[in-house]
Amino acid sequence: MTYRLGVDVGGTFTDLLIIDEATGRTFRDKVPSTPQDPSIAVIEGARKICSDNGIKPEQIGLFLHGTTVATNAVLEGKIARVGLLVTEGYRHTLQIARSFVPGGLAGWIIWPKPEPLAPLECTIEAPERMAADGTTVRALDEAVLRERLQALKDSESIEALTICLINAYVNDAHEIRAADIAREIFPDIPITISSAILPEMQEYERTLTTVANSAVRPTVARYVNNLAGELGKWGMTGNLSLLRSDGGLQSAKKSQEAPVNLLMSGPAGGVAGAVWVANTAGFPNILTLDMGGTSTDVALIENGAARLRRDTSVGHLTVRASSLDVKTVGAGGGSMAYVPELTKALRVGPQSAGAMPGPACYGRGGATATVTDANVVLGYLPENLLGGSFKLDREEAKRAVQKIADALGISLMDAAAGIINIVNENMFGALRLVSVQQGYDPRDFALMPFGGAGPLHGNALARLMGSWPVVVPPSPGVLCAYGDATTRIRVEHQRSFNRSITKTSDAEVSRLLNEMSDKVSGDLEQESVPRSEQTLSLEIDVRYIGQAFEVPLTAQFADFQNGTGLEKLRAAFNTEHERLFTFNLDVEHELVNIRVIALGKPAHVKPEPIAKGDGNPKAARLRDHQMWINGRSHDAAIYQRSLLRAGDIIPGPAIVCEMDSTTVILDGNVARVDAFGNILLSEQ
Amino acid sequence: MPATIIETNTAPFKKRDLDPVTLDIIENALRNARIEMDATVFRTAMSPGIREQGDCFPLIADHKGRMIVGQFGSFITGFLNVYQGSIEDGDMIWLSDPYSCEGAISHNNDWLVLLPVFRKGRLVAWTSHFGHQTDIGGKVPGSIPTDAASIFEEGVRIPPVKIVKQGVFQKDLVDVIMHQSRMPEWCRSDLNALIASCRVAARRVNEICERFGDDVFVSTTDALLERNYRAMAHLISTSIGEAPVSFEDYLCDDGRGNGPFKIKCTMWREGGRVVLDFAGTDPQSQSSINFYLNENMFRMFFGIYMIMVFDPQILFNDGFYPLVDVRIPEGSLLKPKFPAALSQRTHALGRIFNILGGLLGQKTPEFLNAAGFSSSPHLMYSGFDRAGKWFQLFQIGFGGIPGRPLGDGPDGHSLWPNFTNVPNEFLERYFPLRIERFEALANSGGAGKHRGGNGIHMTYRFLEPGIIAIHDDRWFIPPWGVNGGVPGARARKILEKPDGTKKILPNKADNIEVENGDQLHFITWGGGGWGDPLERDPATVALEVRRGLVTRDGAKDYGVVLTKTGAIDEAATKALRDKIHAARPAGPLPVFNYGPGLAHLREHGLAETGLPAPRAPR
Repeated sequence: MTYRLGVDVGGTFTDLLIIDEATGRTFRDKVPSTPQDPSIAVIEGARKICSDNGIKPEQIGLFLHGTTVATNAVLEGKIARVGLLVTEGYRHTLQIARSFVPGGLAGWIIWPKPEPLAPLECTIEAPERMAADGTTVRALDEAVLRERLQALKDSESIEALTICLINAYVNDAHEIRAADIAREIFPDIPITISSAILPEMQEYERTLTTVANSAVRPTVARYVNNLAGELGKWGMTGNLSLLRSDGGLQSAKKSQEAPVNLLMSGPAGGVAGAVWVANTAGFPNILTLDMGGTSTDVALIENGAARLRRDTSVGHLTVRASSLDVKTVGAGGGSMAYVPELTKALRVGPQSAGAMPGPACYGRGGATATVTDANVVLGYLPENLLGGSFKLDREEAKRAVQKIADALGISLMDAAAGIINIVNENMFGALRLVSVQQGYDPRDFALMPFGGAGPLHGNALARLMGSWPVVVPPSPGVLCAYGDATTRIRVEHQRSFNRSITKTSDAEVSRLLNEMSDKVSGDLEQESVPRSEQTLSLEIDVRYIGQAFEVPLTAQFADFQNGTGLEKLRAAFNTEHERLFTFNLDVEHELVNIRVIALGKPAHVKPEPIAKGDGNPKAARLRDHQMWINGRSHDAAIYQRSLLRAGDIIPGPAIVCEMDSTTVILDGNVARVDAFGNILLSEQ
Repeated sequence: MPATIIETNTAPFKKRDLDPVTLDIIENALRNARIEMDATVFRTAMSPGIREQGDCFPLIADHKGRMIVGQFGSFITGFLNVYQGSIEDGDMIWLSDPYSCEGAISHNNDWLVLLPVFRKGRLVAWTSHFGHQTDIGGKVPGSIPTDAASIFEEGVRIPPVKIVKQGVFQKDLVDVIMHQSRMPEWCRSDLNALIASCRVAARRVNEICERFGDDVFVSTTDALLERNYRAMAHLISTSIGEAPVSFEDYLCDDGRGNGPFKIKCTMWREGGRVVLDFAGTDPQSQSSINFYLNENMFRMFFGIYMIMVFDPQILFNDGFYPLVDVRIPEGSLLKPKFPAALSQRTHALGRIFNILGGLLGQKTPEFLNAAGFSSSPHLMYSGFDRAGKWFQLFQIGFGGIPGRPLGDGPDGHSLWPNFTNVPNEFLERYFPLRIERFEALANSGGAGKHRGGNGIHMTYRFLEPGIIAIHDDRWFIPPWGVNGGVPGARARKILEKPDGTKKILPNKADNIEVENGDQLHFITWGGGGWGDPLERDPATVALEVRRGLVTRDGAKDYGVVLTKTGAIDEAATKALRDKIHAARPAGPLPVFNYGPGLAHLREHGLAETGLPAPRAPR
């Protein structure tokens, strides 16, 4: 019997989920996280969940892990000192960047420019040059290169080395040779070449991405090594895989070489979990709303798959690595409300009260009104949380919100409702970015709120978006672990093609596809997935010749074999361009990049049905309650989620409590519990 | 007669009571709509000037044409004063002639699209977008002749016309205009992008009206303007004095050997209003450096600078316009008479920001930034490649950002909002050239406690014969430093032939022939320094030497001496700093350091720049 173990490390809890691969049966648990060394909680939790359920470590066939180790390394600046080798004349690539200054006209006056990710004093130049067509303009002068590398070694202390040469995306020969030489001089540090990480045009983006990879490599490698070692000592013999920013999985070995793919591993877990719930609940089109204490992540899922983007952003840093298209706004339960003196506007966030002192209602000395306080004042968040172990102080919340009310000259309840409306509006803005702005009508989507605070706001946001029903999954606070355990191993290979549609042929593309397919299949075999279990898919980025941005399109291998691939691609592009931008042009199409993706087999996981009820939720009803909605107080009730049965119907206004989250049902809306325990809110 | 707006529903909008939350929600929704406008254009435009560099400007205005969100302020009221026709639901306006819209756009290259948003027979808002076209015909590729004597030499001029008339796209009209351009495909695509962007914004305005009601929307835009009025009234009364203050700065030359040209502005407060008077600015140029400055645009520049310098939390829109009185003399460089040439207006546009900075900051030096926002350097390169295909590059360069109260000026960054440089690998892939060097030029930023940003030394190697044109300024009069900071280095352009011979090129020139293998060193100005360079931490200076941003010799400008290994020579540093201190005149350092002065620059111009000093303009 083999099991999959999914482990997701969050700021407060480390969530664990075991899936029996044969039956789909699941076991869940959570243990407190250990931020100083996250692997401690991972190992402890794994031992605990296995021993509690009588599972032996050698029965774990796959250990799947979402981690924020790489993310935090960037955010906290705990990164390696990276040496950088560039082409002569390009030493300041990272200093000049794209010359972009944020903040509008005169924004330069107040913009603090971030330092280059690889210090300039550790950046040296290689005597060589490739042309844009891949021919050699100037051969690599190996003797001079050796001298310069040696001088770098003598004068600076570096922990990793990156090599990024101009036009290496077309011809990587100089990068490969330079890496060989560098390895002789720096035998003990990791060396990364740009053509291996990102064989794409645009020297700044390629350099930055490769440097980012080097910068987090030692931290991630240490973490993964340590984890693998501990798991081995425990007796686990299965494979360790990590969740990538794009929602796929990659092996521990690959994660150590290309950790830049892990920068958004955390949010990807939630989205991947949402995908799984969405598919099992029968809602293939979903907008996700993952709301925590300081920020909210939103994403769009279409036909059971999350949208991908070609870059990843963490703090100041944006690199070219695929990630799920997740938008983050600084709006969470801890977001603080304030009223600026000059404009008398009500603002909420992005500053957050954090865990200490936290919202005023936590009673830890916080005096500034937060979103959580407004929820408490309005009666959306009952005073007893987490099964009674944690009590919220409603009087403190009122005191804090009253200050906002006084500054605005309005009533306490209006101020609280105002705070909620503003924070909802901020999240609405993010949801629009992933839907309306991408040409999607939010009314074609259901909304899935999760994270600690998501289900508090899901109903109100669905009203703004017209996205129904609201699907609140069971245990919305631990959805990420589901994501880790249910995704597939993923390998992709991309080539810059940059050819107009009339200057290539189906046969040429087909030949290239065969070559690329062979490579990804081989790579996936290296990750212990036999070819018989692999699924290959194809994406081609297309644009009108002259445009800067491509439209990624999925395509079929067979079409290129039978000679209809290019024609279908052209038609698909025109449809998509029209949908996105309202017009088409009489201009030739260019195939920019070609990507072949190989996936391992999906997990055999079925959701567990819950007991069926008679439609009446009275057994789960805890007590009567009051909620403030639309300017007046309403009679409402509080329910306990664990006691709800399939088929139960709860009319709003009402609140459903569970250990890790609270669901608000507004008046005029109604909740129905489905066969798997999802709460579905709809308009009444 | 001004424009007639045809509304089938003449009922006035009802004034609605607003809660602050609705106000903020609509404001945010409009901001998001503006971001969508940018995204639409960047994704669909084709000319590198727009798609890679972001040379385009979106706007959403209220039904009276006052800007609610955008960058350069609204020109719509000015346009409505001048436009002679009627405007009704289903129309869209297209224009490029600065003289037809009171300078709302300031050269023919900028194409502007303006869309009135009607709902139920009433005008509720305007959306607009303008962007720089790579080529609109005329005597030189790029359509910005350095020696034009009138606007008739500067490519096709589009008066305000309806590109869409009651819902019908005027294809013939567009075809005629496209026929004038050397790059019609780019123009067509860029125009489509501008139109799509206005439509996206109009759709968002419609959605907001649908959600909140038309009356609430209109009451909200009024309230947003009012909020800004109040905030700015407070700022003006507390930070601008009644005693007049003046500031002046210069454009180096006009491309025909004349210069420098003075721009002068005087500011004072009368009650709650501020007056900005350009009396003393030089008369208009015979060439194309004139900048037809729209008063409202200048109000916006002033407002943004006030906000950025004194209180960055204030949102900006047109609400404060009644508080600002702008006076520009007729026939001056900033209000030339038709048909004066305008295409090279970028230099004066940039210099306006130096003037604003100097004007606002001189009474409060702690808020003062140095100079550096001085121009928008352009390079044009065009010709036929060996396959006989026409190529044409228009590229915008960047210089050093000035030293600031906040800290050093970034090296080689954009002072224009949302602009970016073009990836060199992109240039090499799509144009017959190679970029041999792209680096921050050491020492070009003015020394200071906060160093001015270095300019960029970019070396183009041309791989096909063709012609180039150069547009830059700040080659003769350096960007000034403040509070003891030293001026930044001046711009330079050098053509290096394959045999190694070098020739200094003018910073404004057309039709320079280049051969396969020629290298052009395109060197931009550095930013001025901020604060006394002797107060800069020697460790920072030493680090910047290791980083190639300052040379060992340049370190001496900071009174820092380094040993052979690059370490700080403490004794020598102290001695040098003492020596520099001793050589200074008594008293505090002057607030502004303009460099050696005009007389010196004229006398030593040729020796220092390789170019003859310009003749004083008549």
